Amino acid sequence: MKNSAAFNILLMAGIFITLLVASLPAIRHSGFHFLIDKTWDPNNDQYGALPFLLGTMITAFLALLISFPFSIALALLLGEFYRKGLVADIFKNIIELMAGVPSVIYGFGALYFLTPKIAELETSLGFPSFGVGILSASIVLAIMVVPYWTSVAREVITLTPNDIREAAYSLGATRFEVIRYTVIPYTRTGIIAGMLLALGRALGETMAVTMVIGNTNNLPKNIFSTSNTMASLIANEFTEATSETYLSSLVEVALLLFLVSAALNILGKRIITGLGKK
Amino acid sequence: MRFEGNKLKRRIISDYVFNGMILLVSTICAIPLILILYFIIRQGVASINWQFLVNVPKPVGETGGGILNAIIGSFILVLMAAVMAIPVAVIAGVYIAENSNTRVAKLTRFCAELLQGVPSIVIGIIAYIWVVKPAGHFSAISGSIALAIMMLPVIIRTTEETVSMIPGSIKEASLALGVPYYKTMLSIIIPSGFSGIITGIIISVARVAGETAPLLFTSFGNPFVSTNPGKPIASLPQGIFLYAMSPYKDWKQQAWGESFILLSAILVMSLLSKFLTRRWKIQF
Repeated sequence: MKNSAAFNILLMAGIFITLLVASLPAIRHSGFHFLIDKTWDPNNDQYGALPFLLGTMITAFLALLISFPFSIALALLLGEFYRKGLVADIFKNIIELMAGVPSVIYGFGALYFLTPKIAELETSLGFPSFGVGILSASIVLAIMVVPYWTSVAREVITLTPNDIREAAYSLGATRFEVIRYTVIPYTRTGIIAGMLLALGRALGETMAVTMVIGNTNNLPKNIFSTSNTMASLIANEFTEATSETYLSSLVEVALLLFLVSAALNILGKRIITGLGKK
Repeated sequence: MRFEGNKLKRRIISDYVFNGMILLVSTICAIPLILILYFIIRQGVASINWQFLVNVPKPVGETGGGILNAIIGSFILVLMAAVMAIPVAVIAGVYIAENSNTRVAKLTRFCAELLQGVPSIVIGIIAYIWVVKPAGHFSAISGSIALAIMMLPVIIRTTEETVSMIPGSIKEASLALGVPYYKTMLSIIIPSGFSGIITGIIISVARVAGETAPLLFTSFGNPFVSTNPGKPIASLPQGIFLYAMSPYKDWKQQAWGESFILLSAILVMSLLSKFLTRRWKIQF
């Protein structure tokens, strides 16, 4: 039995070591320039991952920004306004469904509904109308991230001690004021923890982003320009990588992705367990 | 306390406005989901017929292509992944529930948490480096290994949660009767927590059934029906990706049909898991 548990530890260590070893040639080849060079040209053995780092960061943060009001509204709805009853059941099922729909289907749906609308918007604003691009990817990501953020935020909202809440009500506060002055301040850290977990999800999300981001290896100019994230770069180019350094550079991107999402995950969970003990 | 009529009214109105806004924003959030579901059902049902289910894909322009290869492929991939992941994950889950404060248990719990946060595409790369590269070709088994790695943390966590809810007195009664430890685990603990463990397994299967990213460079895809674990194999999510990205209209139609089948399967599994938790909830 101990072996089975130990197997998981070995597996995790194995994943990390494999990524590290496989990206060694790239680290040796590009060194620190990997992070700051902006040319990704495998034909000339130039590997600068800056466009993808920026592309990933911009899409993920934009997604969080879009998703924030929705996640918080849903969390307040389920954690504060309707804890039980028909409305709660409906929205709980909707969130569960949202979490259950596979990433490809989100991408497919976005290609069908979202990109034509974005293309119209681009035409009316005078940008080249690709439809696909950073904005489209961010919107899809925002939708996909809502269930994770909501469930964490809802959990911490229900952790707010009832005596604080009741004290506020007994002073004559309206529900809005209770939320504004007791629940929100009390749960701020938890909501940030939820954001970190959602960010971890958003960074690593591959398929939906690959389908709507346009897949170009340039530095993004504005939110309508096509781009590439780290994950979509790997999805697009991994099977085409012919040379050793090329493949290894892609693995280095994966290593970065792994480290960042692991760090966000640990940090977010630590904060939440800390809250639970308080 | 002095009530200033105007201020009070404003406070009450702002409360109503806030309440309404929360409901409104939450409802807006459901719109994309409803749109996607509506179109999948409308377009999906239109493209599904017997031919669609029993044929393999045909070239662009020819009618009557089907998705038999993807259905069989997905089934085989997930089945092999489950066979690999379930024993390890269930035993590990029981172990960390039983010895919850040992170092190995703490580390395992930590690793399972970490593993759950690893992006699926990274797991695909791992399976590529471990299996595809040494073998020299894409294979179904490498895809299954990637999916199995993704199933582990879900099953470990649900198993641990279930087993730690079983009262210690049951285990002690069995041990006091002289039943060896491993037999107590196998015939007392695991059966008592069966519903929870099965639920965890179904949830993990539903989760990996829709995964595309780890399959891109492991199982790769195959336009023909294949059951050979050593050869590339098709799968539903990858088929959706391929068809959805194609410029052809009838291929997009296929993608709707495939989405419908995949989503129905996932939905049935999550309903099943809900039903099981409700039906066989552990009660002592």
